[in-house]
Amino acid sequence: MTDKIPVTVLTGYLGAGKTTLLNRILSEPHGKKYAVIVNEFGEIGIDNDLVVGADEEVFEMNNGCICCTVRGDLIRILEGLMRRKGKFDAIIVETTGLADPAPVAQTFFVDQDVQDVAKLDAVVTVADAKWLSARLKDAPEAKNQIAFADVIIVNKTDLVSPEELREVEARIRGINPYAKLHRAVKSNVPLDAVLGKNAFDLDRILEIEPAFLEADDHDHHHHDHDHECGPDCGHDHHHHDHGHHHHHDHDHGGLKHYHDEHMQSLALTIDGEVDPNKFMPWVNDLVQREGPSILRSKGILALKGEDKRFVFQGVHMILDGDLQRDWRPDEKRVSRIVFIGRDLKEDEIREGFMKCAA
Amino acid sequence: MSETSLAQNVTTIEAGDSVVAAAFLGRTPVYALADGALLYAGIGEEKRVKAHEDGAILVALSDGKRFFTAGDDGLLVATDAEGRSETIADEKGKWIDALTLRDDGAMAWSAGKSVRARDAKGVVKNFDAPSAVRGLCFLPKGYRLAIAHYNGASLWFPNAGDPAFYEWKGSHLDATVSPDGRFLVTSMQENMLHGWRLADGKHMRMSGYPAKTRSFSWSPDGKWLATSGADACVVWPFETKDGPMGRGPRECGVRPRRVSRVAFHPTNMVLAIGYEDGWVLLVRLNDGAEIFVRGERESNDAVTALAWDAQGKRLAFGTKGGKAGVLDLPA
Repeated sequence: MTDKIPVTVLTGYLGAGKTTLLNRILSEPHGKKYAVIVNEFGEIGIDNDLVVGADEEVFEMNNGCICCTVRGDLIRILEGLMRRKGKFDAIIVETTGLADPAPVAQTFFVDQDVQDVAKLDAVVTVADAKWLSARLKDAPEAKNQIAFADVIIVNKTDLVSPEELREVEARIRGINPYAKLHRAVKSNVPLDAVLGKNAFDLDRILEIEPAFLEADDHDHHHHDHDHECGPDCGHDHHHHDHGHHHHHDHDHGGLKHYHDEHMQSLALTIDGEVDPNKFMPWVNDLVQREGPSILRSKGILALKGEDKRFVFQGVHMILDGDLQRDWRPDEKRVSRIVFIGRDLKEDEIREGFMKCAA
Repeated sequence: MSETSLAQNVTTIEAGDSVVAAAFLGRTPVYALADGALLYAGIGEEKRVKAHEDGAILVALSDGKRFFTAGDDGLLVATDAEGRSETIADEKGKWIDALTLRDDGAMAWSAGKSVRARDAKGVVKNFDAPSAVRGLCFLPKGYRLAIAHYNGASLWFPNAGDPAFYEWKGSHLDATVSPDGRFLVTSMQENMLHGWRLADGKHMRMSGYPAKTRSFSWSPDGKWLATSGADACVVWPFETKDGPMGRGPRECGVRPRRVSRVAFHPTNMVLAIGYEDGWVLLVRLNDGAEIFVRGERESNDAVTALAWDAQGKRLAFGTKGGKAGVLDLPA
């Protein structure tokens, strides 16, 4: 169903710049109409025709699945918004700074009525370049938001030195190497970096390489890009000298890498096919048991006796999987899975997955 | 499938926008539309009244004299048979998405957690529910309101104070009370119904639905509760003191598509059943005999409104896609 309304979820710790980004999205001349769902107690005004106040009521589904929490208010609001169907093109949900993104995302997988009318496009997290490192230490919410994200905007880069910026980006990648990272000043990212990502669309899970492997490419352009920003660059110069910028550009080989103590990602590869009769029970059992600590999961698998690629993704205990396109003749049939989570039992997961080899 | 058809007795009406609810105001079928308008489908003269100037109608109910509509503009508006509107409540932009009426002219509505009960004299009392409210229903005796919310339901005497809390984990949606006042039933997020025998709080779980139940209707004798949400109209027995405890429901109007609306005839044991593909059937409860009213092949235009007139001679229906109509039963 292509006429499902795409929903972008904006998260980010208090003061990171979510509302600035939201107002930026709304004020650009894109010709689209958005329905915006914001927290009722938001401090900054939103300039939009269709703004709905939400109360972020999270409740547990009564289905024996303890991490199956959903946003009850969101179900109600989406049902009500459909009375204005045709009057908006997409929905943006802004969560409070302390919100866990999981219940929002799970709402789109658990509720059939919501699934019938809307689809989750991406979870976008705005991070404050100056304060994120500190928040990752003292605010579990901030860490969840980074771990959960499909897109991370490292904002307020004009307020930190290149070293600090590299530090915070390395910390982000230590938690979530799979999200797309964008640097921004006053949330100035191109809209197509945030909207229309189809991050939850199984057809779009083409690769699950860590995003920083592609980042080199961005770095080469980065120098130019800074200058394109023109007026904003003026602020930069007050805080750090330009020389370092050049230096940074040539320094990408020495990428810092951090491992977060509690939140990490685990990527596993079987150099060949997996047996679906082993893999399906294993992965279902794994997310049933470990779901509370697994925030996101993804996989592209070569199933024995199957010409098509099997792709799946999950949020905590909820898994969604399907056969996608054919494996191309020039493509190696390998099976890769990725988990992002808290205190993952790496050895147990690795051992379990490896036993699924066909 | 259906042997007999009343399709030739159906008058179709282009509503133009999603039909939220239908009712008869006097002789005139009236449709509450998502875009905030009421469509009066009088014979030979159609009239639109914009009850909500800048709002979508979220919920609409009629007492037969006026249509009460509440919307995402935060207004509760009553509009009479002549199309005269009166604003009854203004919740300052907060969505009003639950509403219930009482025979004596009292009514109750909710916006988020705030519940308001307005008695027949117009005196309004407030109650803040523990969480957002989805369903409201007055009890038949005494001025008492059942309020469905997360993790249970509250029963509130607006003139007395603290409500009684009936606990059951999960998200409760719509609420209905049996006509004899003995049972409270809510629909739940988890595709089931929950019931309480009010006298002793005893629980009933009515499950097996593939989708949420969003439409209830009590039989004219008050002994049966018809429900939507399955590939048949599921009708639960409430005639004994234990209600449906330990008993199975009847199923009628079985089709390969889900039931979206149900409405018992006001005097006979006949059900009007609307489906998610736009079909409407009449089914006699005693023997399950079906009469076809409307429907096409391969449609996804769900029936969203069904309403009988007071005498049970005419049935108004409307769909999500903006189709509407009236069935005139043969004399």
